[in-house]
Amino acid sequence: MNTPWHYQSAREIRDAVRSGAASATAMTEWHLDRIAEVDPLVDAFTQVWRDEALAQAAAVDEKARRGDALGPLAGVPVGLKELLCTRTGTTSCASKILKDFRSPYDGTVVKRMAAADAVFLGKVNMDEFAMGSSTERSTIKVTRNPWNLKCVPGGSSGGSAAAVSAGECAISLGSDTGGSIRQPAAMCGCVGIKPTYGRVSRYGLVAFASSLDQIGPLTRTVEDAALTLNVICGRDPLDSTSADLPAEDFTAALTGDVRGLRIGLPAEYFTDALNTEMREKVEAAVDVFRREGAEIVPVSLPHANYAIAVYYIICTAEASANLARFDGVRYGFRHPAAKSVEEMYVLTKSEGFGPEVKRRIMLGTYVLSSGYYDAYYLKAQKVRRLIKRDFDEAFEKCDVIAGPTSPIPSFEFGTKTDNPLEMYLADIYTISTNLATLPGISIPCGLTASGLPAGLQMMARPFNEAALLRAAHCHEQKSGVRLGEPPVA
Amino acid sequence: MQYEAVIGMEVHVEINSRSKVFCACCTDFHAPPNTNVCPVCLGMPGTLPVLNVDMVNKSVAVGLALNCRISRWSKMDRKNYFYPDLAKNYQISQYDLPLCHGGWLDIEVDGAARRIGITRAHMEEDTARNTHTIAGGQSGVDFNRCGLPLLEIVTEPDLRGAREAHAYLTELKQILQYLRVSDCNMEEGSLRAEANISVRPVGQEAFGVKTEVKNVASFSGVQKAIDFEIARQIAVIEAGGTVVQETRGWDADRGVTFSQRLKESAHDYRYFPEPDLVPVAVDQAWEDRIRGTLPELPAARRARLAAQHGLSAYDAGVLTQSRDTADYYEAAVAAGADPKKAANWITVELQALLSESKQEIAECAAGPAALAGMLGMIESGAISGKMAKEILAEMFSTGKSAEDIVRERGLSQISDAGALLDAVRRVLAENPAQVEQFRAGKEKVMGFLVGQVMRATGGKANPQMLNDVLREELSR
Repeated sequence: MNTPWHYQSAREIRDAVRSGAASATAMTEWHLDRIAEVDPLVDAFTQVWRDEALAQAAAVDEKARRGDALGPLAGVPVGLKELLCTRTGTTSCASKILKDFRSPYDGTVVKRMAAADAVFLGKVNMDEFAMGSSTERSTIKVTRNPWNLKCVPGGSSGGSAAAVSAGECAISLGSDTGGSIRQPAAMCGCVGIKPTYGRVSRYGLVAFASSLDQIGPLTRTVEDAALTLNVICGRDPLDSTSADLPAEDFTAALTGDVRGLRIGLPAEYFTDALNTEMREKVEAAVDVFRREGAEIVPVSLPHANYAIAVYYIICTAEASANLARFDGVRYGFRHPAAKSVEEMYVLTKSEGFGPEVKRRIMLGTYVLSSGYYDAYYLKAQKVRRLIKRDFDEAFEKCDVIAGPTSPIPSFEFGTKTDNPLEMYLADIYTISTNLATLPGISIPCGLTASGLPAGLQMMARPFNEAALLRAAHCHEQKSGVRLGEPPVA
Repeated sequence: MQYEAVIGMEVHVEINSRSKVFCACCTDFHAPPNTNVCPVCLGMPGTLPVLNVDMVNKSVAVGLALNCRISRWSKMDRKNYFYPDLAKNYQISQYDLPLCHGGWLDIEVDGAARRIGITRAHMEEDTARNTHTIAGGQSGVDFNRCGLPLLEIVTEPDLRGAREAHAYLTELKQILQYLRVSDCNMEEGSLRAEANISVRPVGQEAFGVKTEVKNVASFSGVQKAIDFEIARQIAVIEAGGTVVQETRGWDADRGVTFSQRLKESAHDYRYFPEPDLVPVAVDQAWEDRIRGTLPELPAARRARLAAQHGLSAYDAGVLTQSRDTADYYEAAVAAGADPKKAANWITVELQALLSESKQEIAECAAGPAALAGMLGMIESGAISGKMAKEILAEMFSTGKSAEDIVRERGLSQISDAGALLDAVRRVLAENPAQVEQFRAGKEKVMGFLVGQVMRATGGKANPQMLNDVLREELSR
């Protein structure tokens, strides 16, 4: 075989397991070996569930032996972000406050992936409570970018992106509140999709900002993303905000054909803030679409500049309430020195949360406070509606909006941690998608001169993931862009 | 100076849904601590609330019964504060768009009717219960109660005294019980009443500074606490002081309110819309469906029974105190009982038996048809009223009909003139001296003779008939 298993797609692994060409156990062992080989360099995995993974794989093989139909992700090795609730292992959110926390239940996506016969290899790193853009805010370890070990993998789903990029697993599940799937996917050269808000159940996703959070896959191919969406999408009675839509086969969108598709380019995304090299890569991708028969149209998102301000009011407000439950009363870290209830709260939170989390809790508490609510939270909600309206109007002219995922490629460790505002700008193009509850995808569109991946982001109308997958797949097939394997091992 | 009190009530009612308001946990209150809990009501990471539709239906029913408008578009909000009995450290409640608003409830005090405005009724979740009695000086939290469906009903500041407040609570409780949405048990906390009280000089428009009295275990306690608080506030003002805005508790033993928490240190609850839940949109059809399920409410039933059966206001009031009593009464009348006699027997004799045995009327063995049968036997003279009391007691304990009891015990009243005549003649023959005295004009002897006949018949003689037969024989 030309390509080693760890750089084959989930679909190829699945097909091999289904056909009997390979066993789920063999696939699992292969990837566990791969983790043992490269993870000491990449440090994507926070927990490796060797025994549980082999048991899961054995169960899949047993099913195959009995002649039972195998699930759509049979034997596919999967990594789970540290904030997805699992009965196996711990669900720490990369925070001290939940360091040894064991969830009493499996989240809905975890159950659906298991039911599809996927094999969980363990959990992967992230910024604490998904608050960050570089995974440097993890309290567990530092995850490195497989394309350059001196650089960050992006964030907050940096572990998910690095693990897929380095061939440690074929699929990883991440979560995206303001770009946390797409931005690390772009920085590590993988495919990352944030589904429409309501597409995927949030039950079992430790909440950061409830009106923005969405779970999605990071993969090495567009087809794998579609396969994963097939498994994890759909109404969940445990999540009132999950949409009740008929099941969709997302692989049907992978026609390789974009003729007649209208692709909008927002003027606001191609300004001086965009790194020149990134701009060139994105424009090259747009040329591919043009060449393949898509119609390229200019669009405008006039309120784009307000997205970061609006986002940091809404997400922090929601986070301030969502993270209030981590108080040391029922589970997680409780400060041993506390002598009273109030002291328990103060000491537990002061020591249990990292600086970025505390910053956001304080910000969120402030914008909801009496006397400030109207000026901040309420106004932000109004502007959020304006941002959504911008997209509604743009989507009258086009089916897909394309632009850069991130204004910059990956950067070296420690270069932005002291300047939260600069770090926040890394999400400038991805945030609006969440605010407007749209689906968004990031696909690789080339390498910079220094060998770092660039990402092309596309957005579509709510629940039109199919258009994103169609365009993404066409680009993947027709652009000739091949990042190849990252230099790590 | 003359003062008047201005009072608004906040009532929290636990709605009797089978499952909690945001999860599928059982609402049984008496289960061992922390057995009716799940990841959702424990506020475990990653969990999400799902609104119980039964709670919405019952809340709409309450709103309609209180003449409220039902919001076509309502939402849940997060009320943020830290306390160990609050699993998420925010309570899911309703802030600016409550499910029900703008209603009223009519009450009556000393024959005068008053209309009390209902500001709003909103849905929320109950909190857990902290206990501080665990061995080793530790505190414990029982989350069985956390997430029970709670409806908060808030009035306008329309009440003008403790008795009005009492009347309001009584009427409200009656309505809630008619709707069968809550057992309204104050001791167990399924109904909790808080009063916001202020006083102002008569004629003054502006409100005085209010205090909030909480944690009172009974309606009479609320009435006493309000009376105390009004007198206290007036005394403070008369002494040249100012009332401090605060929350006060009620010490039932000493009969005083006491300061619990100053309002200055009150929380900023930082309400904002609950992003984990979708808005609640009760459309006209939904509202109409609930309206169609509403029973006749206490006030209407009171008025109808009084008019239909010529009952006194008092009797009508007692008979409609609970929906079951009124149902029982109407069933007895439907089974042929005389409406006034049925009213008497239910409000006096049956009520006494019920309270003695602590039974509910709906479960009592002597059903309405049986009562009607017994009343028919009195009417026909088959049994006397005195006998009927004993018979009812037996009906009540055994579930037998009056007829069976009479037959089994040979209790039937002697209403046969022939049979009575024999007994009368025997008694007269045995007591010639008394017969002489009567004929000499000593009327009092009549009583003695009646007693003798009664004894001879084992008390079964129809008293009216006995009287007639005896006089006739004596006058021969």
